[in-house]
Amino acid sequence: MNQMTEEGYVTEDGRTIGGKLMEMKHISLRFGGVKAITDISFDIREGEIRAIIGPNGAGKSSMLNVVSGFYVPQEGEVWFRGEKRPQMRPYEVARQGIARTFQNIALFEGMSVLDNVMTGRLTHMQTGIAAQALWKGKAEREEVENREFVEKIIDFLEIQAIRKTPVANLPYGMKKRVELARALAAEPKLLLLDEPMAGMNVEEKEDMSRFVLDVNDEFGTTIALIEHDMGVVMDLSDRVVVMDYGKKIGDGTPDEVRNNQDVIDAYLGVSHD
Amino acid sequence: MFYREAGDFKTSYKDDNQTFPIKFDRYRYYAVLLFGFAVVPFLIDDYWVNAIFMPFLIYAIAAIGLNILVGYCGQVSLGTGGFMAVGAYAVYKLMTAFPDVNIFFHVIIAGAITAIVGLLFGLPSLRIKGFYLAVATLAAQFFLVWLFNRVPWFYNYSASGQISAPERTVFGVPVTGAETSAWATYLFCLVFVFLSAIVARNLTRGSVGRKWMAIRDMDIAAEIIGVNPLKAKLSAFAISSFFIGISGALFFAVYLGAVEVGEAFGINKSFLVLFMVIIGGLGSIFGSFAGAAFLVLLPVLLKNTLVGGLGWPTDLAAHLEFMIVGGLIITFLVAEPHGLAQLWRVAKQKLRLWPFPH
Repeated sequence: MNQMTEEGYVTEDGRTIGGKLMEMKHISLRFGGVKAITDISFDIREGEIRAIIGPNGAGKSSMLNVVSGFYVPQEGEVWFRGEKRPQMRPYEVARQGIARTFQNIALFEGMSVLDNVMTGRLTHMQTGIAAQALWKGKAEREEVENREFVEKIIDFLEIQAIRKTPVANLPYGMKKRVELARALAAEPKLLLLDEPMAGMNVEEKEDMSRFVLDVNDEFGTTIALIEHDMGVVMDLSDRVVVMDYGKKIGDGTPDEVRNNQDVIDAYLGVSHD
Repeated sequence: MFYREAGDFKTSYKDDNQTFPIKFDRYRYYAVLLFGFAVVPFLIDDYWVNAIFMPFLIYAIAAIGLNILVGYCGQVSLGTGGFMAVGAYAVYKLMTAFPDVNIFFHVIIAGAITAIVGLLFGLPSLRIKGFYLAVATLAAQFFLVWLFNRVPWFYNYSASGQISAPERTVFGVPVTGAETSAWATYLFCLVFVFLSAIVARNLTRGSVGRKWMAIRDMDIAAEIIGVNPLKAKLSAFAISSFFIGISGALFFAVYLGAVEVGEAFGINKSFLVLFMVIIGGLGSIFGSFAGAAFLVLLPVLLKNTLVGGLGWPTDLAAHLEFMIVGGLIITFLVAEPHGLAQLWRVAKQKLRLWPFPH
């Protein structure tokens, strides 16, 4: 990585990364006496793929939940697109352009794949209840327009064949893909992926990695992901935050992080003699 | 053989999105409509209307309403009887206060008033879920019945405490009161059923319906992707109550004519409509019709076979009827927990491939 400035930087593979899309400033989160996150600051730049890694219980998912508005930190500020974010409900965060997937798939099991992905599009659908009751006209037009966009996502993720299948009938890997489709349907500015490759075999991981890179490339979406597979993390991400016991112990390019003594200690343990 | 989608290509998302994508289904639907509107009115007499068609149609509206709340939005309610009573008393007050306005509008406004009441009683759903919510809606049931019993303003200070519908006409034909003819009341209810079903279908296939289903399936994920749970739940309560209010208004004004609230809109009514929704199929408009038909027709059918066909004494038949209906419900739910609508879907799936098994 060459020089890092306020305006951005150029990655090793030559992509230009922009300024700060999101910045976490001194975030602390406690559950009663348990300190989940202690004074963590980092930023996510426009257009980059940012990984958050760390051993189990390091506070990675809590961090993601803070970003998506699900947890409210006791201390610290969240800045999004140059503005300090006031305290918000998760659905308001979604409307700002932040979409996410879950570690344990959180699809709507009773609905078809198409309906699930269309649900991801809700933030773009404004027709009132009265117009929808009539259906003909405004509601139908809006439905068709959004369907067209959703079909693009379906094409992109290669799930055309299961469009009308109930989600409950799908295998695990497909569910993960549908969940990604649902998040993408919202046209997010920032996409949060919580362990997108957990429980997948090598082929599925390769597929998913390709989709993550393609999403970043094609739509210019900024991506923040949590992942345990180090090979995947080091290959995909531009910069990595490392957490351990709720604290940040490393931040930088994959190479910098890999050679960071604290990180090595956290992962391999350290002898106390 | 004729139930095929092969060769029936959809070239626009509009076509792909229609209610009956298979041509045969579509024509069957038109045929049923034509039969219901143009043939049945000429065939029926008072017995058919009062024993079968009217309860079926009115309960179908209530079941559609409750299905929106329970089947689509996943919020259990035991307040249906109370909300039907709101519809009934609202239409009664409107009919007596504004005799010049057409009853058609009275019924719709009664639905709107019930929607507001339903919305108020839906507020606890923001905090509590599942069985606890069911208990909270039970409060609505008992409170509303108590209210209509105790506050004389609601029954216009009549000595008996009952309300009875004065005669009202549509296009000069009486639909309420003592002078009604079978076909007129039937058609009046049918129009409401038809409109309710279409509106319910439109709402459930669009973004509002998806919000409800998202809340039903996983409320946390729904909120994270941008569904406001407050709005989604309250809109489900309001719209569900709207339909239930209409059915309550029709039940009182067109079907019974005179009503004593505890008797007509007691807790039994809440359970009856809930059973219709469960037996018919949660989250299906067709299921609402099927469930209403099942619970209205089955007792009539049993009574006719046992008393009329086998010549059993009426009292014995009446008791056996309860046992048989109960037994059938249990058998049926064990065999197909997703209700009649699911059986119907499976049958259609098989038909598409018939005569081949796969």
